[in-house]
Amino acid sequence: MKTSSLRKAYGEALVEIGKDERVVALEADLGKSTMSVYFQEEYPERYFQMGIAEQNMLSTAAGLALGGKVAFASSFAVFSSGRPYDQIRSSIAIPNLKVLICGSSAGLSDFGDGKTHQSIDDIGIMRVLPHMSVLCPVDANETKQMMRAMMDHEGPVYLRLSRADLPELTDAEEPYVFGQMKKMREGDDVVIFACGTMVSQSLKAAELLKGKNIEARVVNLSSIKPLNIEQLKENIKGVKAVVTAEEHNVYCGMGSAVAEALCDSTMKIGMVGVQDSYGTSAKKYEELLEKYHLTEVDIANKVLEVLA
Amino acid sequence: MESKNNVKYLKERAIQIRSNIIEMIPPGKVGHLGGSSSIADVLSVLYFERMKNLDPKNPKDPKRDRLIFSKGHAVLAQYAALVELDYFGREELAKVKTLNGTLQGHPDIDKTPGLEAVTGSLGQGLSVSSGMAMALKLDKSDSKVFCVCGDGELSEGQIWEAAMSSVNYKLDNLCLIVDRNTVQASGTCEEIFPIQNIGKRFEAFGWNVIEIDGHSIEAIQDAIKAADEKKGLPTAIIANTIKGKGFPFAEGKCQYHNASLTEEQYKECLECIEKMREEL
Repeated sequence: MKTSSLRKAYGEALVEIGKDERVVALEADLGKSTMSVYFQEEYPERYFQMGIAEQNMLSTAAGLALGGKVAFASSFAVFSSGRPYDQIRSSIAIPNLKVLICGSSAGLSDFGDGKTHQSIDDIGIMRVLPHMSVLCPVDANETKQMMRAMMDHEGPVYLRLSRADLPELTDAEEPYVFGQMKKMREGDDVVIFACGTMVSQSLKAAELLKGKNIEARVVNLSSIKPLNIEQLKENIKGVKAVVTAEEHNVYCGMGSAVAEALCDSTMKIGMVGVQDSYGTSAKKYEELLEKYHLTEVDIANKVLEVLA
Repeated sequence: MESKNNVKYLKERAIQIRSNIIEMIPPGKVGHLGGSSSIADVLSVLYFERMKNLDPKNPKDPKRDRLIFSKGHAVLAQYAALVELDYFGREELAKVKTLNGTLQGHPDIDKTPGLEAVTGSLGQGLSVSSGMAMALKLDKSDSKVFCVCGDGELSEGQIWEAAMSSVNYKLDNLCLIVDRNTVQASGTCEEIFPIQNIGKRFEAFGWNVIEIDGHSIEAIQDAIKAADEKKGLPTAIIANTIKGKGFPFAEGKCQYHNASLTEEQYKECLECIEKMREEL
């Protein structure tokens, strides 16, 4: 399957939506990684290099939004969520401003840099903020479509992007609707809700399970917040158990959001994710997925466990 | 209105601001008296002379000048001025910091017309102001952004991040006023966290700096005029003020940073205001 870069998609989409002169981009010296440099090349007058000062970058983005601009602030996920948390809370989320925060190189995808650079908590700290939307696209196509959709969305958005090239699982032409989730595979024994990298892992897990006569439904839950409860409940109909799969701490992440939404259900829920620990350096991304039990085998095993 | 001719009027407006502040802290209520009254004279010049296109019927007029209180706790001073400009009715003053009131404990743009940003978590307002100034430059607007910070607030590192970026982007449409009242929440700045040579620090960061007596209407007018004339650089006006200015029992005392007044103190405040009016 063709894989492509979500970061490049981000940069390309920034340029595309940058035709709208309200769009401004802010960067904290990681533009060559987040790919906001594409925007800089095209619209230098609307590109603000803020230096290695993320708190100032986010509050400045708030000021630009108050001035009628649509502000995209980019950095690595750890530096665009936790580092400027109070600036996001106070300056942006409370007044519900149109600031789009790009959390690039998210999860464990910055595999070489180790635990300080690997975000296992960003979904949690962003989704707890009232007004904030939290999106985690499955591929480059969805990244672009989400960014187009953001232009018409009121309020702040946190966009969580993997550094890894990921398989193209969605149609480049299919518009993204805020808050929607999408069934990627049909099955009626178990449903796996996954986001980002973990969607393709879940599809592979479904193939492993097929060999054991288990049919897994796989849902791309790229809109972690707002969470479409109606679609969530629709997607658990007919199955015996739920499994969630995310590249994030099992605490406070996407799986927790699903469990919160299903707390009145008797459905058994199993969670695949980082087990309350920080990351570590590795030579290859795949080594980390194995170490933290985030592979298709781990997902398939979790399914077997909850169905047992 | 030509500056200088306006001095008596602006002095009277400053007294009215202080009077409105006191009206919002009757016995039984708690309010930030100290840092609100220290900035009253600066606000008088800004709201009643310098800032243009302020229209309570169209508070979001793109041509308006903006004022952001980074020291959001002193928002009583802003309420005290905005009520005089008819952004809301006088009856709101009594409802400050109540469940259904328009006037919150800290600036809330969803609730209060005439405010420009959510502040209160200190250190962020200069960055927000600087973002607004960038947006105005992109729009080729002549409007100006004024930002008021406290001196204690300068301990926040983000202020200095914004100090750097404001110079990098040559934001001459941004004017910072530091309310240098030398007292913070739990003691004097000297006791809590000394920050000497504030002007020199801003100069070292590349700012145009003007240091003044923050209670002299004429000095404030001159400084703001000089800031308006400075091109290519943001200006920081270091306004030397007295915390609790106008109310001798509270002047220079951290106890009145955020305080409740006894019946006697409240009466004394009202008498002080009467005296200020007489002396004018």
